[in-house]
Amino acid sequence: MAPSDLRRPYKRPQLSDQQRRRELSLKRQEQSRDAELQARRLASTLLSLPPEQQPSDPEPEPSSSTDYDLRDASKLKGPAARKWFAKQLMLPEWMIDVPHRLPHDWYVLPRPAGRRCFVVSSDGTTISRQRNGTVLHRFPSALPHGSRNRDGSGPPSYSILDCIFHEMDQTYYVIDMVCWKNYSYYNCSTEFRFTWLKEKLAETKACDPPSYYHKYRFSLVPWSRCDLAGLHNAYAGEVPFIKDGILFYNKHAHYQPGNTPLALVWKDEHCSQYVIDTDSKGQVPSHQQVVLELQDDGKVTTSDDPPVVFSCLNLDFIQQSGLQSGCLLRFAIGDGGLTIVDGKLERADLHYVGTSNRARAFADTYSKIMFQSMARGSPLRIDDLVASISSSDDEADTLDVEMAV
Amino acid sequence: MAMEITQYLLAAQSADARVRTEAESNLRQFQEQNLPAFLLSLSVELANSEKPIESRRLAGIVLKNSLDAKDAVTKERLAQQWMAVDIAFKSQIKEMLLLTLASSVREARHTSAQVLAKVASIDIPRKQWPELIAYLLNNMTKGDSSADLKQSTLETLGYVCEEISHHDLGQDEVNSILTAVVQGMNLAENSPEVRLAATKALYNALEFAETNFQNEMERTYIMKMVCETALSKEVEIRQAAFECLASIASTYYDVLEAYMQALFELTSNAVKGDVEAVALQAIEFWSSICDEEIELQEYESADTGDSGHPHSRFIEKSLSYLVPMLLETLLKQEEDVDQDDSIWNISMAGGTCLGLVARTVGDAILPLVMPFVEANIAQPDWRCQEAATLAFGSILEGPTVEKLSVLVHSGLDFLLRLLKDGNNHVKDTTAWTIGRIFEYLHSPAGGFSVISSDNLPKVVEVLLESIKDAPNVAAKVCWAIYKLAEGYEDAGRHSSLFTPYIHRIIESLLFAASRTDVDDSRLRSAAYESLNEVVRCSNIKETSQIIRELLPVILQKLSQTLELQIVSSDDKEKQADLQASLCGVLQVIIQKVSSADDLETRSIILTQADQIMFLFLNVFACRSSTVHEEAMLAIGALAHATGSEFGKYLPDFYKYLEMGLQNFEEYQVCSITVGVVGDVVRALNDKVLPYCDGIMQLLLANLSSEALDRSVKPPIFSVFSDIALSIEENFEKYVPYAVPMMQRAAELCAQMDPNDDELMEYGNQLKCSIFEAYSGILQGFKNSKSEVMLPYAPHLWQFIELVLREQHRDVQLTKALAAVMGDLADVLGTNTKALFGDLKACANFLGECLGSDDDDLKKTATWTQDRIRSILVS
Repeated sequence: MAPSDLRRPYKRPQLSDQQRRRELSLKRQEQSRDAELQARRLASTLLSLPPEQQPSDPEPEPSSSTDYDLRDASKLKGPAARKWFAKQLMLPEWMIDVPHRLPHDWYVLPRPAGRRCFVVSSDGTTISRQRNGTVLHRFPSALPHGSRNRDGSGPPSYSILDCIFHEMDQTYYVIDMVCWKNYSYYNCSTEFRFTWLKEKLAETKACDPPSYYHKYRFSLVPWSRCDLAGLHNAYAGEVPFIKDGILFYNKHAHYQPGNTPLALVWKDEHCSQYVIDTDSKGQVPSHQQVVLELQDDGKVTTSDDPPVVFSCLNLDFIQQSGLQSGCLLRFAIGDGGLTIVDGKLERADLHYVGTSNRARAFADTYSKIMFQSMARGSPLRIDDLVASISSSDDEADTLDVEMAV
Repeated sequence: MAMEITQYLLAAQSADARVRTEAESNLRQFQEQNLPAFLLSLSVELANSEKPIESRRLAGIVLKNSLDAKDAVTKERLAQQWMAVDIAFKSQIKEMLLLTLASSVREARHTSAQVLAKVASIDIPRKQWPELIAYLLNNMTKGDSSADLKQSTLETLGYVCEEISHHDLGQDEVNSILTAVVQGMNLAENSPEVRLAATKALYNALEFAETNFQNEMERTYIMKMVCETALSKEVEIRQAAFECLASIASTYYDVLEAYMQALFELTSNAVKGDVEAVALQAIEFWSSICDEEIELQEYESADTGDSGHPHSRFIEKSLSYLVPMLLETLLKQEEDVDQDDSIWNISMAGGTCLGLVARTVGDAILPLVMPFVEANIAQPDWRCQEAATLAFGSILEGPTVEKLSVLVHSGLDFLLRLLKDGNNHVKDTTAWTIGRIFEYLHSPAGGFSVISSDNLPKVVEVLLESIKDAPNVAAKVCWAIYKLAEGYEDAGRHSSLFTPYIHRIIESLLFAASRTDVDDSRLRSAAYESLNEVVRCSNIKETSQIIRELLPVILQKLSQTLELQIVSSDDKEKQADLQASLCGVLQVIIQKVSSADDLETRSIILTQADQIMFLFLNVFACRSSTVHEEAMLAIGALAHATGSEFGKYLPDFYKYLEMGLQNFEEYQVCSITVGVVGDVVRALNDKVLPYCDGIMQLLLANLSSEALDRSVKPPIFSVFSDIALSIEENFEKYVPYAVPMMQRAAELCAQMDPNDDELMEYGNQLKCSIFEAYSGILQGFKNSKSEVMLPYAPHLWQFIELVLREQHRDVQLTKALAAVMGDLADVLGTNTKALFGDLKACANFLGECLGSDDDDLKKTATWTQDRIRSILVS
């Protein structure tokens, strides 16, 4: 006699693995669809300017866009993510002339070679995102709430560090701190941020060697006052990583997302393997190449804010080539070079090469183009920096004297 | 007019295929040319006592098949076809059928009863045959009715009740039917044939007797008759009476109190002394009582104790008699039947019931069962050992973890020994019991487990040894491993305990799957399913290397299936089964690996994707007309894992995607393929554009098809969302086709009968998916051409208002609703100001969402509020 369907499971495990696989697939598909829609919706909020407060508003409303933080942004995808993350990292300009008062107002630090990224720890996991918004790693770390191992360590929080991931020793070198346990350091001076970064990091085991709940080691980049000794150390001192130039941070500057002249990068052949840009095959092209963004009106500009106009394309040419505004275009700088008058770009001898590689998110900045141009001809040398510091010391002395008087 | 068709009906049963085919084609021709005459001729044939029984029988079957079919679409078509038949023909046919009920030939009467029920199933709900019931009842009451006529009339009444719903009859009709049926059960007045037919008819009529069961006098009378019938001297009648009792136990649980003493004695005697067929039904009575009480308990605990239905605690009250009775049945095992799915005997029914009793009363069962276990498990007789093990295995769900853990701790070693030394039956049951122990008492993530680092080595060692045992034992061991692995899912550091064994376990499972000493498909699929679970539940950080090594092994095996020699359809089926298992494993590996955090692990798949896809395409090529469901599922996972790289496979894969979407017969395959379309478009984004025309065309055709199972339709709307998000403004050209479909579906939702629970559940899914589709399309147009959607906004708004007015929405629908409102505001901006401007309901709704416990919902509502505000202030 056959059992009724109701009682069939007798001693026969009722497992249909296929059904389970179907359900898991459905769940994955649902989650992906949800994430995709969420990402679009978030983009609308995060990328729109905060709505202006209407005077006619009967009651003051909390500005809702502040409800969204970096954790939400980490759900952004594609161009929206790139756009958002591009706005979050403080991007140093390239040093095309030496700032005054280097020893007084600036810190200097060697820049580790590697990928610049934001490292966010929250909800028991740590995620690093590169400048273009893509995830580099998702891992457990000893940062606050960076792994599931620290359940008991206080209320939920998130922390954000500005790091460079150094491939060779698989270490995150921390260069700046943006948030620590929900406390925002955006509006704090570099001096304050650097000091606290050192302290906060020391409170955790983030600088310990990797372990099960701590996949990558973190390490502080040594910074110092930009006097002669400091500059020398950063430039020629022994460091555990491969150097890619030197960074300068103005002591008084706040953490300002986007390009800023208050953080600078400089390099020469001695402290970096990558002084002059190479092309996709790793060769140094005979002429300097630049990537610029095409605007509605045919102008091609840098990614600075406000953008610097390098040239203007013929509209017929734009149509024939099927280019659209917003495209990133690659140009070679011809023998005519860049004509600078009174510190301003007057004319650039641009030759169209083609559209830029898709992965690329931004046009070059003005300072980068100028630095590259100088690097090919008359670079800013370490001696120039040393000289500036020496003269600045004199200047300071004078100042002290004056004050003494 | 009726035609002479006897010769064709006889020829259609000829041994000579040529004769048969010709006759069948003649009959078909007749049917197509003149259906009413054809049907009439069949009924005349069936009614004619001078015709040979062979042709009468076939006439009845053909007639039945012209009225009813298994699949719903054909069934509906046949019903329509019958309704279109001229009333004069229909009356004649019905008359012939009713006439046949009095035939002296049993088979003709029986066939006619079946056909009558099919006609009734079409005509009664449409009020087209109001006189049928009265006519049948008249057969029962008029003085000159033969016993044959009474028997077939009762049979017809039973079948009719089975076919129609109790809403289709008036209470007076129900009363008369019950009276006729219960009278038919009367011992003094009727022959055994009539009483059997009456008892079976009662079984089908019980559902109609709700009102009668609320009346104590009527109820007691019915119960008395059933109990008396349960003591008939004819086995078949006793069995039918106990079937009625089991059905009454679940349908009328709340009025049984007064009869329980009598019922206990009746069933207890049957279990102990009656033939098996009757004893099984007696046990089923108690299983049904357990089902009811378990449901009451679950409902109660979920709903603050106020269920409205009384819990009579019948099981608890009779526990001390019931449990020994069930334990006794466990000792009545048959030999060598465990492997046969079609077998159901008293020890199986007893074990199943014991498990239900444990779930009903929890700890209270332990003192009654454990002495039996202890007394029997060490006996030399395998029957005792097996019964003891089965008893223990059966009670592992229900009692508290604390109590059971203590028992398992002291008994596990003994069980492991039995797994090595018992006879085949004992080992089979022991492996099952060990699996149940893992299932209910091994949950490191839940904070408890009887498995520790101390006993795990031994457990794994014994299991892996027994996987080489006879195939029935080995398959149960595979299942036990499945449950062991399952416990370590998401178990954090506990899962590391299991990691060191995974390599060996996988090796053993692969060995079990390809054992050469036995050829057992059940073992093979159990081994692969366990392998899947081990991979799925493993800690990917610790097992990535093992999985890296497993992948080429599975690929190799899949590749070997392509070279199997295929001669018979058996070979073909075997190949397909094997491919299904292996594609399943690959799907699990792909999904597991692609969920890893680090690129290095994910690259396990990325570097092998070409080969994996090559094999999947070859698996597809093994069949001509259908696509392989498992390969399809696995390809979805692969598309998800590879992202835009998947583009290079699409040219070759596309035709199978089309095939899957067109597979209406196996709607599961179609449904899975729709999901895979989502995976593919998400992976490829706008690169999928060249294929979109074809895909959209098929999806739209599927939506408008009557033949496709409706469950596939919501996923299709959801996939519109995926496509629109991927190709953004390029979706414009599909809008004039897709959106009207969404509008029509939305209108359909508005017209659904709110009393039909199943339909409302479907409606819920449909609404969610329509909102999802709108959300995706709107967001897809966010950056350009949003004006395309402007003309459709008012209709969407109406739909939103419709769903806003609903009293009960599940959280999924609420979320989709909140989101689509935000999307509307976000994408169409100030154009929607008028819609949102004066709607209190909308503000109230969002307010409710913000007060919810669901974080996702709150977040969505916050966002929507923000979007609506920003258009209202601008």
